[in-house]
Amino acid sequence: MSALEDLGAHIRASMTNAIENVAERLGELTLSVRGEQIVTVLIFLRDDPRCKFTTLIDICGADYPERGKRFEVVYHLLSMHLNHRIRVKLEIDEETPVPSVASIWPCADWFEREAFDMYGILFSGHPDLRRLLTDYGFQGYPLRKEFPLSGHVEVRYDPEQQRVVYEPVKLPQQYRNFDFLSPWEGMTHELPGDEKAEKPNEAS
Amino acid sequence: MADDLSSAPPPEEKRTFTINFGPQHPAAHGVLRLVLELDGEVVERVDPHIGLLHRGTEKLIEYKTYLQALPYFDRLDYVAPMNQEHAYCLAIEKLAGIEVPRRASIIRVLYSEIGRILNHLLNVTTQAMDVGALTPPLWGFEEREKLMVFYERASGSRMHSAFIRPGGVHQDLPAKLIDDIEDWCRQFPRVIDDIEGLLTDNRIFKQRNVDIGVVSQQDALDWGFSGVMVRGSGMAWDLRRSQPYEIYSELDFKIPLGKNGDCYDRYLCRVEEMRESTKIMLQCVDLLRKTPGPVLPEKSKVAPPRRAEMKNSMEALIHHFKLYTEGFHVPAGEAYACVEAPKGEFGVYLVADGGNRPYRLKIRAPGFPHLAAMDYLCKGHMVADVSAVLGSLDIVFGEIDR
Repeated sequence: MSALEDLGAHIRASMTNAIENVAERLGELTLSVRGEQIVTVLIFLRDDPRCKFTTLIDICGADYPERGKRFEVVYHLLSMHLNHRIRVKLEIDEETPVPSVASIWPCADWFEREAFDMYGILFSGHPDLRRLLTDYGFQGYPLRKEFPLSGHVEVRYDPEQQRVVYEPVKLPQQYRNFDFLSPWEGMTHELPGDEKAEKPNEAS
Repeated sequence: MADDLSSAPPPEEKRTFTINFGPQHPAAHGVLRLVLELDGEVVERVDPHIGLLHRGTEKLIEYKTYLQALPYFDRLDYVAPMNQEHAYCLAIEKLAGIEVPRRASIIRVLYSEIGRILNHLLNVTTQAMDVGALTPPLWGFEEREKLMVFYERASGSRMHSAFIRPGGVHQDLPAKLIDDIEDWCRQFPRVIDDIEGLLTDNRIFKQRNVDIGVVSQQDALDWGFSGVMVRGSGMAWDLRRSQPYEIYSELDFKIPLGKNGDCYDRYLCRVEEMRESTKIMLQCVDLLRKTPGPVLPEKSKVAPPRRAEMKNSMEALIHHFKLYTEGFHVPAGEAYACVEAPKGEFGVYLVADGGNRPYRLKIRAPGFPHLAAMDYLCKGHMVADVSAVLGSLDIVFGEIDR
C-alpha cells in the first residue's frame, strides 16, 4: 500500500461521517466530502499529526450544469512539514451556501470571493463576500458554462458625454465556435464482419 | 472648511483619511487600486481593488484547444513567461502520461532559470526604485534585455514565447546560442555584485526595508504564501528541491533563506537566488552539450511531425493537419501540477473531459494570496512603507487578475 493510500485510509477512518469518497489517481489524493462538514474536515486535515496540511494552496469552483448539484468547490492543500498534497472536493447547488473556511486560513477570504465572483457560489460566515475580479457593477457570473464568451456588455469612451458608457455587445461578425471534433473516429474498431472470425487468443 | 472648523468634532473621535493609491501609480506595479485608510501617516486599513487587468483567461481557455490555450500563459506573469507555460505543460503531461525527452527537460530548466533571473532582476531593481534609487533599474534592465534576446533566439519572440509545448519544447537550441548563454552566465555575477554594491549596504535602502513588512512563519502558513515569501522567513521550502520535477534532482544548487522575514531579507534571498540560477544555467549548458537528442516526443499524437517527414508521408501530413485543427485529446480526469515560479508556487488545476479542450482550468497564481495579505502586512505601518511592502511582495497583475 502506498503512502498516499495509507493516508487516505487513515483520513477515512477518522472522519467516517463527513467523507463520501477517497480516490487516488496520478499520485494525487482526492477526498469528496459533504458540504456542511467542510470546516470540520479541513480543521482535522490541518491539525492531525499525520496530515498537517497547514497551507491552503487554492480554492476554486467548477461548473457541471448537467448534475443535480451543479457546482464543485475544490480545495487544494499542502503540507510543507510532511511534503504531501491533498485535494478536497464538495458538491453544492446554486442556493445552498458553503461554510466559509476564512476563519481557518485567512487567505481563503480572497479565494472564496473569487469563487463567488466567477460562479455565484455562496459562502456562509464569510467576513466580506464582495465581488473581486470583475468590474464595479458587473452582472452575472462569467465562468458559468451558460455565460457567453463574448459577454453581455462592452464599454467605450463617449466623447459627447465625456465618460465611459456601457452598451450591449455588438459584434460585426457573429462569434463562431469551431467544432473540430471529428465524428469519424478512424479505423479503431474491427471491420464489419470481423466479429465472425475466430479470435486467436480465445481459441487457444 | 469654515463650517468644519465651527462644528469641529470632539477631539477624542478618531478621524481617518481615505486615499486612493493607484490605479495608475508607478509604485503599484501595474493596475492596482489600493484604498488606504490613514490615521495621520499610519495605515489603518488597506483594501486592494484588483481585477483591472482581468481578461477572463480561464474562460477563454475553455474555448480553445490545448495547444491554442498555451500562449495565454505567457500573458499571465509577463515578467517570466516560460515558467507559466511549464506548469501548464506539466499538467497536460501528467494527465496524458506523456514522456518528455531528456534534452527538452534540460532546455526547460535552462529557460525556467532564465525566467527566474528575468523576474528577480525586475523585482529587485524596481523595489529599489520604489524606495528612491534610480540607477539599479537602469543596470538591471540592460541584463534583462540580453536575456530577452536569448528568449527571442530560441522562440522568435522576446516575451510571448510559446516555446515550452506539451511533450517538450518547440525547437532545439542552436549551438551558438548555448555558447552565448554560457558567456552571459560568466559575466553576470559581476553585474549582481555591482547592483548589490548599490543596495545591500546602502543606508537609505536599509532604512526603508529592514523590519518592514515582517512575515512570521505562522503568518506565511496561514496566508498561503510560497516562494521567496516563505523562504525569507526562514522556512526551507522550494518545490525544485522538495518535489523535484524535470532534472532538478540532479542539479547542484542552494536554497537561500532569510532570517527575519522582512522586506530586506526577501531582497537578499532574491539576489542570492539569481546567483544560484546562474549556476544552474551553467550546469544546463554543460548537460546540453553532452546530451543530443530530440526535443519533442517522436511518433507522438501531441507533437507535430517533422517537416521533412511531411514531404513524403501522407500519414504525417494528415497528422499535422489534425493536430493544428482538431488538436490532441487529453484523457478525462483532473490533475494539479505546479512549478516553483520566481514568485512562488504557480499551479494549474486542469479538469479534462476527454475532448480537445480543457473543461476547466484554474490558474493558481502565487501573487494572489500574497496580495490578499496586504491589509495584514501594512496595518500599523507608515504610508511610505506601503510601496516598500508592495515591492517586496513581487506583484505582477497579469497573473493576479488573469
